[in-house]
Amino acid sequence: MKKTGINASPGIAIAKAFVYVKKELNISERTIDDIAAEERRFNDAVEQSRAQLAAIYDRAVAELGAEEAAIFEAHAMFLDDPEFVGAIENDIAGGTSAEIATQKTTDMFSAMFDAMDDPYFKGRAADIKDVGTRILHNLLGVPMVDISHLDEDTIILAEDLAPSDTATMDKAHVKGFATDIGSRTSHTAIMARSLEIPAVLGLDDITATVKDGDTIIVDGSEGVVIVDPTEDEIAVYKAKKEAYDAYRAELAELKDQPAETIDGHRVEIVGNIGSPADAPGVLENGGEGIGLYRTEFLYMNADVMPDEEKQFAAYKSVIEAFEDGAVIIRTLDIGGDKKLPYLPLEEEMNPFLGLRAVRLCFQKEDLFKTQLRAILRASAFGKARIMFPMIGNVDEVKQAKALVRACMAELDAEGKAYDKNIDIGVMIEIPSAAVTADIIVEEAAFFSIGTNDLCQYTLAVDRMNQNVSYLYDPLHPAILRLIKNVIDATAARDDRFTGMCGEMAGDPYAALILLGMGLDEFSMSASSIPQIKKIIRSVTFGEAKAIADDALSMKSSADIRSMITAKMAEKGIKLL
Amino acid sequence: MHQREIKIINESGLHARPASAFVAEAGRYESNIFILKGDERVNAKSIMGVMSAGITQGTTIILEADGSDETEAIDALTALINSGFGELTI
Repeated sequence: MKKTGINASPGIAIAKAFVYVKKELNISERTIDDIAAEERRFNDAVEQSRAQLAAIYDRAVAELGAEEAAIFEAHAMFLDDPEFVGAIENDIAGGTSAEIATQKTTDMFSAMFDAMDDPYFKGRAADIKDVGTRILHNLLGVPMVDISHLDEDTIILAEDLAPSDTATMDKAHVKGFATDIGSRTSHTAIMARSLEIPAVLGLDDITATVKDGDTIIVDGSEGVVIVDPTEDEIAVYKAKKEAYDAYRAELAELKDQPAETIDGHRVEIVGNIGSPADAPGVLENGGEGIGLYRTEFLYMNADVMPDEEKQFAAYKSVIEAFEDGAVIIRTLDIGGDKKLPYLPLEEEMNPFLGLRAVRLCFQKEDLFKTQLRAILRASAFGKARIMFPMIGNVDEVKQAKALVRACMAELDAEGKAYDKNIDIGVMIEIPSAAVTADIIVEEAAFFSIGTNDLCQYTLAVDRMNQNVSYLYDPLHPAILRLIKNVIDATAARDDRFTGMCGEMAGDPYAALILLGMGLDEFSMSASSIPQIKKIIRSVTFGEAKAIADDALSMKSSADIRSMITAKMAEKGIKLL
Repeated sequence: MHQREIKIINESGLHARPASAFVAEAGRYESNIFILKGDERVNAKSIMGVMSAGITQGTTIILEADGSDETEAIDALTALINSGFGELTI
């Protein structure tokens, strides 16, 4: 049986299925004769839970780092909580069974937190449930359904996977994911791509149709899952997997080769990252530097505003990881769909047209200056560049640069080191900025085109809205003309360059057009780097220019796409 | 029994990390310690109790301790709150 879903992470896996569904526990009323024995049962279950959480914590620290692991430490803290444990013990002393008492108290506390307005507290409701469920499993002697230790290669089937699942799973044996819900940008998709595990998401009812131990095939490149494949199908997909793995190996050999055309036109290929932990992946895939360091994750993963020292340490570690290449640090891009639990913002009718990114930073100048000081101090340790998001006119660039200069003056007065010649650039994602690139270039050392928002704003399409997402199209002639306009603004000057850090930069269908238009820097997620490098190395600059001119003269993206498909076939370029 | 009124000055209030630090400090004393906020009275040694009270920046609370080390406990917790937990303060 063949099912089609979202191709969230490329590659092919053939293995036994494990249906990861959390089972309902059977808890019934019991009469308690020996209260002291019941109290001991409860204490034993708490101690077992404590030991399990300590083991999970250690593993998470080793695999993910202390910051990601802190959640399990917080779980352990609930086991010590006098209110929580006290309420359960009180009920047991009154003759209630340990299971009922635990269930009741867990429900009460989680409901209390769930009812709070503050998103941070709301989120804790799930943690309390997690801890309560763990105690209940230990009381009943039912092992927690667990993917942290698997005996053989396995494909995990789930409704969706939570961060605690992907954090603790047995990475040596998990070969693929297939889920009922999810999108290309959901947690499961992002984790699958960064771990290079094939994944097909959004299959609706895959957990209901497959049983544990069934053999399944996950084709994450095509978005296909085959349940109980025939021998012929297995043979076909084994061959496909071999071809895929061979092509990946071929791409891996390009790691230390420059991104240049046959006739020596060189561009820069760099990575997009969200945290210092992503930097090694960029290096391993042959990225020369960082074209987009999204600093908001540093803020979103914290309970309080990260202070200057914490930010400085994060920026410095990324800058030091790239001895030869530059690191473009984008200042805080919050607002729109990204919120901070500790920074309350007004609800807006149109968040994407509202108080976002640099607009918000101008209102919260202290917050902005803390970040600018941290970036400047880190710039003393390598090659850093500052980039401002959501710039709509040249005055905003001047205003932001004035704040950078103010921070420089403070650091001078304090005798702290920084790179006095640091490049300050602009992210081009608002159509007004793209159209007036020739004006903004006077104040910007570089541009980086953020195609995700540029497309949304130019085409008036919310790509998360399934009813209109078909209109989201980076190859729309309007987008290509805007990109050309931006590139042309810097091409005239030797001391300026244009890069691109939106998803389009890693799109194989766009690569030759962008190269031919004269894009200087391509920044993408680490896993896309080898393929784009391969495409760039397979043509001459003249051929790419002709392709770009062709594309710019065409009236629809369908025409452009078929022209590109034909050119890539002609050049023998395969796609992952 | 010993009581003291005090204002929360740090940016995030008794939230997340500051709440953990506060509970950990309270746990070092033998005395029973409570936080009074309006009509609410929560156990200062309980992370759930403290977080559920929703104590934000600018809130005035009463610390109450009862036991052999009540004075030391109130002094130490007052100092911790007034230190601002290493955050921006009012």
